[in-house]
Order: sequence, then structure tokens, then C-alpha cells
Amino acid sequence: MMFVDLLEEIYLGVLSNKVRSGLTMLGVVIGIASVIAMMSIGQGTKLQIENSIQSIGSNLLMVMPGAQRARGAAVSSGRGSSQTLTNDDADAIRDVAGVKAVAPESSRRFQITARGTNTNTQVVGTTPDYLAVRNVAVDIGTFFSTTQVASRSKVAVLGPTTVLDLFGENANPIGQTVRINSAQFTVIGVTAAKGGSGFSNQDDMIYVPLSSLQAYLSGGDYVSSISIQAVDQATMTLTQQAVTELLLERHHIPSADLADFSIMNQSDLVSAASSVTDTLTLLLASIAGISLLVGGIGIMNMMLTTVTERTREIGLRKAIGADRAEIVAQFLGEAIFLTLLGGTIGVLVGYGASKAVSTFASLTTTVSWSSVAMAFGVSCAIGLIFGLYPAQRASRLNPIDALRYE
Amino acid sequence: MLELKNITKNYTSGKEITSAIKDASFTIHKGEFVAIMGPSGSGKSTLMHIIGCLDTPTLGQYHLDGQDVAKLSTSELAAIRRNKIGFVFQSFHLLPRATVLRNVTLPLVYLGVKREERLRRAKETLVAAGLDESHYEHLSNQLSGGQMQRVAIARALINNPAIILADEPTGNLDSKTGKLVLDTFERLHQQGRTIIIITHEPTVAARAERTILIRDGEIIEDQSNCKLNS
Ligand SMILES: Nc1ncnc2c1ncn2[C@@H]1O[C@H](COP(=O)(O)OP(=O)(O)OP(=O)(O)O)[C@@H](O)[C@H]1O
Ligand SMILES: [Mg+2]
Repeated sequence: MMFVDLLEEIYLGVLSNKVRSGLTMLGVVIGIASVIAMMSIGQGTKLQIENSIQSIGSNLLMVMPGAQRARGAAVSSGRGSSQTLTNDDADAIRDVAGVKAVAPESSRRFQITARGTNTNTQVVGTTPDYLAVRNVAVDIGTFFSTTQVASRSKVAVLGPTTVLDLFGENANPIGQTVRINSAQFTVIGVTAAKGGSGFSNQDDMIYVPLSSLQAYLSGGDYVSSISIQAVDQATMTLTQQAVTELLLERHHIPSADLADFSIMNQSDLVSAASSVTDTLTLLLASIAGISLLVGGIGIMNMMLTTVTERTREIGLRKAIGADRAEIVAQFLGEAIFLTLLGGTIGVLVGYGASKAVSTFASLTTTVSWSSVAMAFGVSCAIGLIFGLYPAQRASRLNPIDALRYE
Repeated sequence: MLELKNITKNYTSGKEITSAIKDASFTIHKGEFVAIMGPSGSGKSTLMHIIGCLDTPTLGQYHLDGQDVAKLSTSELAAIRRNKIGFVFQSFHLLPRATVLRNVTLPLVYLGVKREERLRRAKETLVAAGLDESHYEHLSNQLSGGQMQRVAIARALINNPAIILADEPTGNLDSKTGKLVLDTFERLHQQGRTIIIITHEPTVAARAERTILIRDGEIIEDQSNCKLNS
């Protein structure tokens, strides 16, 4: 048998039974496409959650007023509303070993007016360290300086969304004044957009010096949280302990169980979130696995329902003098042709589906090579095994038994 | 030369054993034209399959041109079928969803013959089998029984086999086409081919040199035909 003739037999074999070929390919396409799409959604979600955790800062510890959440206790009472943390606490924390920067903040919602328009948004009183600690960048103008904090300047830095709400599109707010409650603040900067993360929207905020907020808007020297940036990830737990001890001592509290503050560690958040995303990925992977199985059963079904006809065909080919190797080569060729074509279509469909999810669900999906390889491998293996099955069986029968096969 | 010695073929279904061929022995020399006759179910087709190396006997020895068929490997048997034997099946066994030409040329594909040569020889044998040229591109499952039979005959002749085995080759043909097919067989016989046909019709058997009669798997008569008009 000449090689071109083998190729022609393969081609005609695939073409002369379009329904069988089409359905076999469909099984491969469904299996591969669903695995790729599901895995890309899982990976994308994981990446997005990780990004939004990173966007609140790195190596972050957050001290908040209110009772420590004891293990098993239902809900912490009135966190943020109790006034147990002060400016002095923040200053004291600055000297703890392992602390790189400290940004106390006091925030409240106020009604803001500027040139007739008004909006209701979060006003955050803080210090310049906030930029580094909370991973915020300034886009236009400047952030307020330590001197401005010390002198209780009435200056404000706006989030891009707030700028849009108050001044409209493409407006330059620098030098304009905004009224918070009844106090006039001059706008000196706009922060860079961070995108709508799952947590509080950092684009819709007004930053003012902590001292100014306390003097003109809220009164007192209490803060609603203290953000601490640790030197590195490895020492974060130690730093957290040191800060806890310091605050317990300052607040004259004998035991950590009675603390009037709580400290949240960013790595706790990361591990909590990644356990959630891991579960999600596992869920999607099992859905994809089931699709792969369904696709596989489809392929198997197609191959097995035609096994009678194929066995007779093999019997005939053997009767007119085909060698076993030639028959196996033809069937292997057909199976490779179908699974490769189906596999390629499946990869394209899966890739397209993940792109569609990206655009319509604003979720950045990533197609990983391992999922493509896994899906492709499994479907092709099923295609090859069940494509070769009749050839393997029939080539062991003598021609007459194969021709008579029911 | 085909030598069958004490050939027995048993079929087992469950505990029951049926003997399709019982202890058959005979020799067919090169160039002979033999007819096999017998009632339905007597084992004619079974015998023919064994002669054509398509099936193996349960007992006994079969020598084809001096070779013990039982000792040959599957690929050696395939080579014998490919090179030496042309087989017309009682139920044709054509490749469905394939054209007449593709069906007829298929044996040559496995012989490694080039495409143009395949088509040329296919047309030749189709003419010899009496199939009209207008059917050559038809799919085999769109043909009538008689047309399928002629395709099966053409396919059996295309590899210029030394041994032609035809299981009721004229069973579905009208007398005119039947005569044409038998003329073709006779011409091939005159060229020195060995021809064995199974038939129910005495007029067909009369054209052979020798008739083997079989009943219930046993050979009950094996005689030369007295040819009056040869
Ligand atoms: N695969 C098989 N399994 C079991 N029994 C079989 C098988 N093939 C044939 N037989 C039996 O062997 C006997 C001979 O069958 P065979 O086909 O050789 O008859 P035949 O002489 O060709 O008949 P016909 O003239 O009707 O074609 C029958 O009784 C049949 O039932
Ligand atoms: Mg028969």
C-alpha cells in the first residue's frame, strides 16, 4: 500500500461518514473547550482577588478600635465606633521594631460641595505615610506634607471618582476649593485610579491632613484605624505581637483577651482568600472534569455504535488482502485526524469563551497551558483508544468472523 | 494446486456443536474449472471460505500450492489473498458509502498499484462483469442486487488472480448477464486460471469440467462432466 493511498483511505473514511465524524469531533470539542474555559475563569478569579488584596498595601497590619474577636465569639461589638485609639498610640507604634511606616487615619462620611454640585463621600484624615502604607499614588498635583499636617492646613487630595462627581470630566480641580461640612479646603492633588476593587472604593475618597480633620470636622484626637507597614513578610507576626503588647501596656489592659482593639494581618487575609479561590478553582475543575467525562463518553459512544459496521469493513479489507498493520494505520490515522481537528477547534472555542467572559464579565481570565495540555491529552487519548478499539479487536478475528460480526 | 485432507469445520454455540464440513478430502489441480453443488445449508460457503484462506478448518490439512496454510502467519495469508485469490462473496460485502469504482479498485490499493492503472483495470473488469458505465460513480448501497453482484465479481477479478472463488455468482443475474459472466469465467479458465463456483443451477454447473456434490457437510459425489460440445 502506498502512503498517499493510506492518506486517501483515511480522508475518505472520515468523509464517508460525516455524522460519525462530526459527533466524535463534537465530543472532543466540548471536553476541551469546557476545561479551558472553566480553568481560565478559576485562574482569573484567583488572580483578581490576589490583586485586590495587594492593592490595599503590602505587609500590612491594621489596628482597629473595638474588642478583639475571640475565637468562637459571635460578632465584635461596635468596631470603629469606639474611641480607644489615639494619635499618641500611632506615634508610639512608630518606634516598635519591625515597623517601617505608620499611617493613622480617621474617616467619616461628609456632605461635600464644590461650585454648586455636591456629593456624599468618605473623608479620610491621615498623614503622608498613608501613600506608602496603603499603596496609593498621586496622579496630578501633590499629597500633603508633614508640615501641612503639623500646621493643620485646610488642603485636600481627591480620588478620581470624587473629582468626576464634583467637577465633571476632564476638569482640573487643582487650586479649586471644596466645602466639607462648613470648612473650606483647597484641592492640591488627585490620586491615581486603582480600579473598583472588591473592598472599599479607594477612588471615591477625599484625603485631608489628620490634624485638620480632627480640628475642624470631628474633634478629639481619636483615630478610626492605624495602618502599619512591616519591614517584611517574615517578621509580620512578630511585629503584630510587639504592637499588641505595646498597646496593651499603653491602655493598661492585663490580658490580650480583654483588648480594646484588634489587629488584622494582611497575610491572614491572603490565606483566607486563597483558600476561597482554591475551593473555587477546585469546583470549576470538577465541573470541567465532568464535561471532559461527558465529552469522553460521547466519543466512546460514537466509536462503539459504529464498531459493528467498522468490524465488517475491517473483515472485508482483510479478505481482499490488507495487512493488519495497514488496517491499524488507517484507523489510527482516522482517530488522529478527528481528535486533532476536534482538539484544535476545542482549544479555539475554549479560548474564545474565556475571552468572552473577560469582556462581558469584567474578569481577567487567563488560559493556562497546563489546562490546555491536560484537556487535549485526555480527549485525544479517549479518541485514540476508542478509534483503535475496533481495529484492534477485528484484526484479531479471521476475515469471515469479522465480516459476520453482529 | 489445492489439496484438502480430512477437512472438518465445527461451529460451537453454547454446548451444541454443528459440523458444517465433515471429513472432506479432494484435490483441485491448477487450471481446473470446478462447480460445487448442494442443497442450502450443506456447507458450500463454509468450504469455499476455507479454500479462500478466509477461515480456518477445525481439523484436517489444507495445502495451497504445496504450502500448509495452517502454518502460515496472518500477514502471509493476507499476501496470498491479495496476490493469488479473487473471491466473490454470496452476500457481496461491498464497502458501503463508497463508489463502484472505489470498491472495485480497493484490492489494488493493497497491492500498491498506481491510481491510473487501478482505474484502467477497474473499467476493464467492470466491462467483463457486465456492469454499465453509467453506474461507476454510484455508491454501492444505491445499487440493485444484480448490480452489486457484478461489482463484487469485478472486484474479485481485478488483481488477475490465479484462483477465482465465486459463491453463487449468477444467483441475482438475469440469464443474459449470467451468460456474460460465465463467458468471462470460461475465458479466464482458458487462460489457465483455477475457477471454483458454487451454484444451484445444473446449467451453470454444466459449463464446469467437474462437479463436487455436497450434502450435510459431506462430499457425496465428485465427478468429471462429460462435455458434449467441447
Ligand atoms: N458462523 C456460523 N456459526 C454457526 N453455524 C454456522 C456458521 N456459519 C455457517 N453455519 C452453519 O453451517 C452450515 C453450512 O452453512 P453454509 O453457509 O456453508 O451453507 P451453504 O451451503 O452455503 O448454504 P446456501 O446455499 O444457503 O448458501 C449451516 O447449517 C449453517 O447454519
Ligand atoms: Mg452459501
